[in-house]
Amino acid sequence: MSDGSFLGYVREDGSVGTRNYVLVIPSVGCSSEVAARIASNVNGAVSLYFNSLYSCIEAPKGNVERAKTVLSGLAQNPNVASVLVVGLGCEGLPADELADDIAKSGKHVEAVVIQKEGGTINTIRRGTAIVSRMVEDASKLKRESVGVENLSVAVECGGSDTTSGLAANPATGVAVDKIINAGGTVIFSEVTELVGAEKLLAKRAVNSEVSDKIIRVIKATREVTKKMGKETMAKGNVEGGLTTVQEKALGFIYKTGSAPIQDVLDYGEKPKKKGLFLMNTPGQDIESITGMVAGGRSQVVLFTTGRGNAIGFPIAPVIKICGNPRTVELMKDNIDVNVATIIEGKETIKEAGERLFNYILEVASGKFVSAERFGFREIAITNVYQYV
Amino acid sequence: MRDAIVINLKDNVATAVRDLNKDTIVKVEVSGKVLEIKLRDQIKLGHKFAIKRIRKGEYIIKYGEPIGRALRDIEIGEHVHIHNVGVLDLPEA
Repeated sequence: MSDGSFLGYVREDGSVGTRNYVLVIPSVGCSSEVAARIASNVNGAVSLYFNSLYSCIEAPKGNVERAKTVLSGLAQNPNVASVLVVGLGCEGLPADELADDIAKSGKHVEAVVIQKEGGTINTIRRGTAIVSRMVEDASKLKRESVGVENLSVAVECGGSDTTSGLAANPATGVAVDKIINAGGTVIFSEVTELVGAEKLLAKRAVNSEVSDKIIRVIKATREVTKKMGKETMAKGNVEGGLTTVQEKALGFIYKTGSAPIQDVLDYGEKPKKKGLFLMNTPGQDIESITGMVAGGRSQVVLFTTGRGNAIGFPIAPVIKICGNPRTVELMKDNIDVNVATIIEGKETIKEAGERLFNYILEVASGKFVSAERFGFREIAITNVYQYV
Repeated sequence: MRDAIVINLKDNVATAVRDLNKDTIVKVEVSGKVLEIKLRDQIKLGHKFAIKRIRKGEYIIKYGEPIGRALRDIEIGEHVHIHNVGVLDLPEA
């Protein structure tokens, strides 16, 4: 599939899924367990599980708005065929309000509310019937060959080590450039890691307005982390050979390739065009991936790691890319793409990046990554207000 | 197994991918060409050494971009780290 095409599910609005899930969404943390029970009853359905989804009637408006943006964004992801919203009944984000917002996109959505259905047994029974019908419809859809311009990819790194900046991130940068050149979309985030790369990223902005935004957003994060007493350069970084914060940040951003940056997005915000985007998220991997997949409507996640990581995401494959020969051996179960070949001298960065690109197309066409085989589906939304 | 990696052909430093001994000759590949460099220091995994002569005040280049400035002349094969590299200012915009 090196011609730059993949086999995807073409939706009514023209977007293309790499997966074909019926998604069960709780509109508040309190309905997470019921949503999970409904999804577990039907093969082909998946639910989102939140202990921390604070869209309660008593929650600050900012958090409720954020929950609505993110949940609606995830529902509108091309990997999702149709949606059931499960509400409790007294939340600040009523199930019907969320369902109406999702319906505007043309996606088929229904809602059930625990307090109205009369308890969890009735809700699970009714929800299961709805989801079963939805899966029946979704399963009729066949994959078709489409171009890479239909792909939106989120890029994340976690459990980084010395090899991350030398192998996994540079190889990922090669694959990212190929996706952008083919007309696709790529989102990167984790602003905490960008301190030191301000000037370089600003130079890559499409215009001076975006350039100023990049500088502003990194500076704001720098000030917050400074107040928290978090050092950008830890002692361990220097012992490991990193000399300056610029070197550390460059190793990080090399996974974004070399394309111009189109805009800076808020957490969970949808890009208005195609190309490369920076999203303003914290460094925490699960929250960062959630924001990018929700806003970017991303159908695939690229995750570079040095020490290894196991996480997945409910509606998108998370591809683990590792450049540390020891980790690749030690965590075989969890690493999807071995780019330790760069350090071993068996492949150049460009060769490994091209191999990764082909692997992404295979995964986009239906091949399961490690986290999917295990059914891992971590998810978390960054609250606007943390202490309420 | 490689000795060290040069990420970008503009770079004037290589990064060791295993512990390298002082006075040994290591091989470094830069866009298909192999350089042989005699190390003037012990270079640990993840640490950098100069693959070009860097004069005082010049940029240290890694990833094709400046990551710091030489505090003194640095010879080929010398360890490049906080003892001979000055930090660059972060933008205050």
